[in-house]
Amino acid sequence: MRFLLVEDNAQLAAAVVDRLTLDGHVVDHAGRIGEAEDYTATTDYDLILLDIMLPDGDGRTFLSRHRAARDETPVIVLTARSEVSDRVGMLDLGADDYLTKPFDFSELEARVRAVLRRKGGSSSNIKRFGDLEFDPLAGVLGVGGERISLRNRELRLLEVFLGAPGMIFSKTKLVDRLFSYEEDVSENAIEVYVGRLRKHLAASAVEITTVRGLGYRLTAPE
Amino acid sequence: MISLRAGSIRRRLTVQLVGSAALLAAILYLVVQDFARDLAQQAQDSILVASVTSILDAASVRAGEISVDIPYTALSMLGTLSDDRVFYTVKIGEAVLTGYNDLPVSKTDFDANGQRFSTTEYRGEDVRFVTGTRQLSVEGRTERMLVTVAQTRDRQQAILAQITRTSLLMGLGFFVIAAVLALLAAQSAVRPVNRLAEIVSRRGPDDLRPVTAPVPDEMLPLVSSLNSFIARLQTSLTRSEEFIAEAAHRVRTPLATVRTQAEVALRRVERPENRASLKDMIRAIDESSRAAGQLLDHAMVSLRADQLAQAEVEIPALIQEVVDRLGPVAELKDIDLTVDDLPRLSANGDRILLQNAVSNILDNAIKYSPRDSAIHISLEAGAQTLTLHVRDGGPGFPHGGENRLRDRFARGQNAEGTVGSGLGLTIVDEVARAHGGTLTFGNSNPGGGACVSLSLPLS
Repeated sequence: MRFLLVEDNAQLAAAVVDRLTLDGHVVDHAGRIGEAEDYTATTDYDLILLDIMLPDGDGRTFLSRHRAARDETPVIVLTARSEVSDRVGMLDLGADDYLTKPFDFSELEARVRAVLRRKGGSSSNIKRFGDLEFDPLAGVLGVGGERISLRNRELRLLEVFLGAPGMIFSKTKLVDRLFSYEEDVSENAIEVYVGRLRKHLAASAVEITTVRGLGYRLTAPE
Repeated sequence: MISLRAGSIRRRLTVQLVGSAALLAAILYLVVQDFARDLAQQAQDSILVASVTSILDAASVRAGEISVDIPYTALSMLGTLSDDRVFYTVKIGEAVLTGYNDLPVSKTDFDANGQRFSTTEYRGEDVRFVTGTRQLSVEGRTERMLVTVAQTRDRQQAILAQITRTSLLMGLGFFVIAAVLALLAAQSAVRPVNRLAEIVSRRGPDDLRPVTAPVPDEMLPLVSSLNSFIARLQTSLTRSEEFIAEAAHRVRTPLATVRTQAEVALRRVERPENRASLKDMIRAIDESSRAAGQLLDHAMVSLRADQLAQAEVEIPALIQEVVDRLGPVAELKDIDLTVDDLPRLSANGDRILLQNAVSNILDNAIKYSPRDSAIHISLEAGAQTLTLHVRDGGPGFPHGGENRLRDRFARGQNAEGTVGSGLGLTIVDEVARAHGGTLTFGNSNPGGGACVSLSLPLS
């Protein structure tokens, strides 16, 4: 997906860009409102991540101008405040959701998915591999003519595999992607989800193969 | 509490106005009585003068002798006014010509008309005397004739007493009317003050607009200083809000940087001990930012609970909003949030606080529920209350420990390994009590998960 990150703190911005790039997203970074408006004028984004305190004005100013311009690109606000009334104010101004700094990227991803789903999402995000057709927004997997609804972790696991087909993912890596840091899970927990996903893929030629001692990978017949 | 009582304007105004009315009534009484006494005296005097004059005129000199033929009317006219007794005496020089010998007649102090008026006691009674003089020429001599007519004053006293009564009644009546008017005037004088007080006290906790209601000129300085005070309060509140926002921004932005960098590093690092410390780092950051957030929330809740806003809040809409908001978080753990058909109920109170409370209950349920479970939300209508039930698929509360959860920083026994500050349910309890509601903990019977119930009075 293509993100626009509007954040004046260079270090945080660099870290966020790094982090999102790791998940295969494309991120443009704007340090001020003026810059952000230049970007939105020339590029179509899937989502805008907006900091509230910016050197050339309040993020809210951007938000109201953005909405006044009838730009439908969803906006998730990154706020440092945690006061509820402030959050409510953001939503009133047309933000689609908000996150309090510091934030968990899996939560950000979940919120992005929820926002895009609510907005009707673009079908351009549909991923194809072998005989699979996967809509990560709706969480629907198409195998042959059949459509299967995936639960969140199954969906995220498939997304990880589809991000780099053929690549071997260790259990450790998969735990990182699937579980929050709050949860203390053993690496074996991943087997449950791999098992479920294999069940969904039963009708497909695509399969998750175990690479002994290394992990799993997604393979499709040549 | 400091005593701020320095008397009442209304009472002071009433006392002053009623006091003035009493003084005026007393003066009115005295003036009327004095005037009436003079009038009665003048009426008697004029008849006495007429009588004296007619007797003086009746004197004639005949054969060198002065003779007086007292006309009948001279004395009878005195009877027209009253039955008061009449005395008279006619003297030529020192000799009494006719009449009462012992009638005291003074020969001095006559006025310009040669008349003299006096009131003296005679024969045990209060008597009014009028004396007139006339010079008569008898065979070349000049004789001085003195005629005194006197009359008792019973009738006049009676009239005076009646006038006194009347003027007393008039004074009293005047006083009563004036007192009533004074009360009304005092009442209407303080009415703008009361109205202003009402306008200011009816305001919600967030309403810091200047007072614009029209007030009398005398209150303009008060209202303008009140408005400048409100403006200063607004400025200072805004400044401290900006300060908190700035402080939060300064603290949370680097925390977010570190957390993000730690996540990035975790992707690239292979050694288990490095991975463990990075995870610990992320957990510590989450813990501190969550605690900071809830401390701020707690402070905000305490502040707003002190001055509770009273708006009608539709609870189903509020629940749906919170569920939508927390949906992605629940989704991450594959937890299903199921919401019953919610009856349309509303409660009176502060929307932001209630939202915070519901959000905390649900957030708590999501945090302590195992993955791949369900949380069930329902709303139940009672006779006077509505109750929100949040049932989770977790292990339930350990028996007996439930009530401790309300305490600040207390956490359940199964909270080990989960990020939390222990303030969440304290905030909910505070919000519930501020709204006259209750927060109860229990375990649902089938399944044994925890059930948190928030009851609020129906609006």
